[in-house]
Amino acid sequence: MRQVAKLMMASAFTALLATTAHTTGALAQTPKDTVVMAKQIDDIISLDPAEAFEFSGVEVVTNLYDKLMGVDLAKNNELVPELAQSWTVSPDNLTYTFKLRPGVKFHSGNPLTAADVVYSFQRAVTLNKSPGFILAQFGFTKDNVTDKVKATDDGTVVITVSKPFAPTFFLNCLTSGVASIVDTKLVKANEKDGDWGNGWLKQNSAGSGAYKVRAYRPNEQYALDANEAWYKGAPKNKRIVVRHVAEPASQRLLLEKGDIDIARNLSKDQLAAVKTNKDVDIVQGDKGYILYLGLNTKNPNFAKPEVREALKYLVDYASIERNIVEGTYKAHQSFLPKGFLGAIDDKPYTFNPAKAKELLAKAGLPNGFSVTMDVRSVSPITDIAQAIQANWAQAGIKLELLPGDGKQTLTKYRARTHDIYIGQWGPDYLDPHTNAETFAINENNGEDAKSKTLAWRNAWDIPEMTKTTQANVLETDAAKRAAVYGTLQREHQKVSPFVIMFQQVEVSADRKNVKGWAIGPSSDTNFYAPISKN
Amino acid sequence: MTSVVESPVRRRSWGETAGRWAKIASRELSTVAITIFGLLLITFFIARVIPIDPVLAVVGDNARPETYEAARIELGLDKPLWQQFAVYVGKVFTGDLGRSVLTSNTVVDDIKRVFPATLELATLGTLIGCLLGIPLGVVAAVYQGRWPDQVARVIGLFGYSIPVFWLGLMGLLLFYAKLGWVGGPGRAGVAFQDLITPITGILVIDAAIEGDWEAFRDAWSHLILPSAVLGILSVAYISRMTRSFMITELQQQYVIAARVKGLSEFRVVWRHAMHNAFVPLVTVIAVSYMHLLEGSVLTETIFAWPGLGRYLTHSLLNADMNAVLGGTLVIGAVFIAVNLLSDILGRLVDPRTR
Repeated sequence: MRQVAKLMMASAFTALLATTAHTTGALAQTPKDTVVMAKQIDDIISLDPAEAFEFSGVEVVTNLYDKLMGVDLAKNNELVPELAQSWTVSPDNLTYTFKLRPGVKFHSGNPLTAADVVYSFQRAVTLNKSPGFILAQFGFTKDNVTDKVKATDDGTVVITVSKPFAPTFFLNCLTSGVASIVDTKLVKANEKDGDWGNGWLKQNSAGSGAYKVRAYRPNEQYALDANEAWYKGAPKNKRIVVRHVAEPASQRLLLEKGDIDIARNLSKDQLAAVKTNKDVDIVQGDKGYILYLGLNTKNPNFAKPEVREALKYLVDYASIERNIVEGTYKAHQSFLPKGFLGAIDDKPYTFNPAKAKELLAKAGLPNGFSVTMDVRSVSPITDIAQAIQANWAQAGIKLELLPGDGKQTLTKYRARTHDIYIGQWGPDYLDPHTNAETFAINENNGEDAKSKTLAWRNAWDIPEMTKTTQANVLETDAAKRAAVYGTLQREHQKVSPFVIMFQQVEVSADRKNVKGWAIGPSSDTNFYAPISKN
Repeated sequence: MTSVVESPVRRRSWGETAGRWAKIASRELSTVAITIFGLLLITFFIARVIPIDPVLAVVGDNARPETYEAARIELGLDKPLWQQFAVYVGKVFTGDLGRSVLTSNTVVDDIKRVFPATLELATLGTLIGCLLGIPLGVVAAVYQGRWPDQVARVIGLFGYSIPVFWLGLMGLLLFYAKLGWVGGPGRAGVAFQDLITPITGILVIDAAIEGDWEAFRDAWSHLILPSAVLGILSVAYISRMTRSFMITELQQQYVIAARVKGLSEFRVVWRHAMHNAFVPLVTVIAVSYMHLLEGSVLTETIFAWPGLGRYLTHSLLNADMNAVLGGTLVIGAVFIAVNLLSDILGRLVDPRTR
């Protein structure tokens, strides 16, 4: 049925493509100072910076709020001060002093002071929603946060962390959405039943950033108005409208017709088609999302290191990249995505069934074995899983694919009842520890574990590697820290139960008259302010 | 022969008629109550047995155990199942369907927003279905086996077998991208978004009430294509059913009698036969309308139409159980209401049931 459907779709497009090509000029026009985007935004749960943790939600937050620290995309994500004008770190790496930029005002006109920083941290730590741990991991709790984060005067904030963490680690975490500074007065005015204004901030904004929320209707659209008084200078457009258009084919039509300026979710086929349109440009950016297989070592076959390595030789990376995910993923085989401190680009594995068979024979499985894989029924995951199924058959491994919806496969994965899980991992903040922690730390492999990392989910017991990874987060010297991550990833590549295959490339298509749109390495860095139209 | 003519139907008194209707109403109401309770029970337990963890919808994939546990308790999932059900039913009866995790609105507010969008599509779709489907079915019955019947059959087959997403995309390509006759995906153009204050929630009507004819035209241009796509499905169903009802009626003796009396063919078909075929047809139209009211997920997805079908599917896939239960309940209630309406309509059209 799927095949028939695909065929019909393809025939429909080819039939009409020729006739539409010449009429898709500038018939429709979006308003002059308004940038209109089509995007799948149905993952948004909240626009509250203390709660938003989904790709789309985080992207909105970063355009509404300012943070103490930021990263410079042009300089390989180097840390730069934002609301903080400058900072100092005590010699023992425990105390940070931030001098705030003077004269910054919130959208409401209230001045942004050190008290707002304290309130924002207290709020995020106390609410402790999904991204709360990014701050909490530095030892802040709802009881001690006002002692650990202090305003010494209107323009100075002193923050004390619990351990001598690497300064890059702490500062990188301050660039994430949860560390956004909110307008204390406005939030308090909208507080209800001691909810820290969470109910109101889910759909409104109280920031100082480039935009403020004009209107937000979940699963439908959001509209943001530019903040002319932004401390970095007024945005290059007056308004951003992002409409939820689920269907990539519809996004393409809207774009080619000129009813939108930017289409964010075109599939490989749609991209190939719009490339030939002279009114459309393609913008690409490396994303931090990694596509991998998780092999549950509770399965006795995956407890054998030879089997794990054999499977790494049994994926035809090149062919999948070329035939299935071209332009939207690229080969990548280590747990730190390109663009992160300490990331390596080693790709030791290529498709080699002979080598894999040799390893399987060594493990006592010369004739292969049968195993299942939980597959989320979405493109391109299903297609990749089918390709892997064919690859593995060459070494006698019978792979059964168990289709499910995203939440369903995830529920199983979190309970460690899968054999193989195929999925994506996105970094939570712009520091290598975010991925190192989940891929290379497993403090307690028991069912009662407090921290259930990806290593735990695949029942991979690694006391030594856990120690190394944990120690590295205290390494003050950034170069040394990077070097340790390099060694760690090389070992991980060889022994881990993770077959890391690809890194995502986000692609978006925009009308020729759109300038200044760039895709950052995370949703935190997709900025709307530089976008202009002529 | 004469005896039949001479025993007229006894006229009932007003009191008798009212009593009869009251009895019918009370019977219908108790059926409705039982149906709704059953609906609640089944949807609630189906929602709880599916292998999806609803907490994940709140906290996302990477939540820490404390955050996860707090959310679980907040959702009331730590309580025994029967207790959760009792709490839920209690709330439903006070009109509280809970809060949607995904939109953070109350489910009632969400449904108030998405249902009119679906209502708008379904009503226009059904209207198109009736206006085209009934004449088509009648013509096919009258010219049974001849070319008009063949044409009607092809149209019916087309409507039944063409996948709606394909039809939708083709429609967009042709009427929106190529010809520019209609608006693209979405309920309104960007320039008209949020201009009209919702009164009924149905955009064309609200625009007309405000007297903003620019916005009215824009809303209409966005509405017509998805409605037409749904309408084609409806045409297929209604025309086939009309045809078969009409064929049955046209073979009845009263038709022959009417023809013998020398009535015009038009009067025989449209006045006599049609009047009788209309009784079962009311049910058919109601079924078709209900089907469209459930929200056509594919149509709503392709046309970026913020309707009930899309809301419900999205909530289901994300284990947003309050929204799923609320949405299902509304569909159930609408189903019952339309059913009731078609029953009453059927009784009004058909003197035998009075």
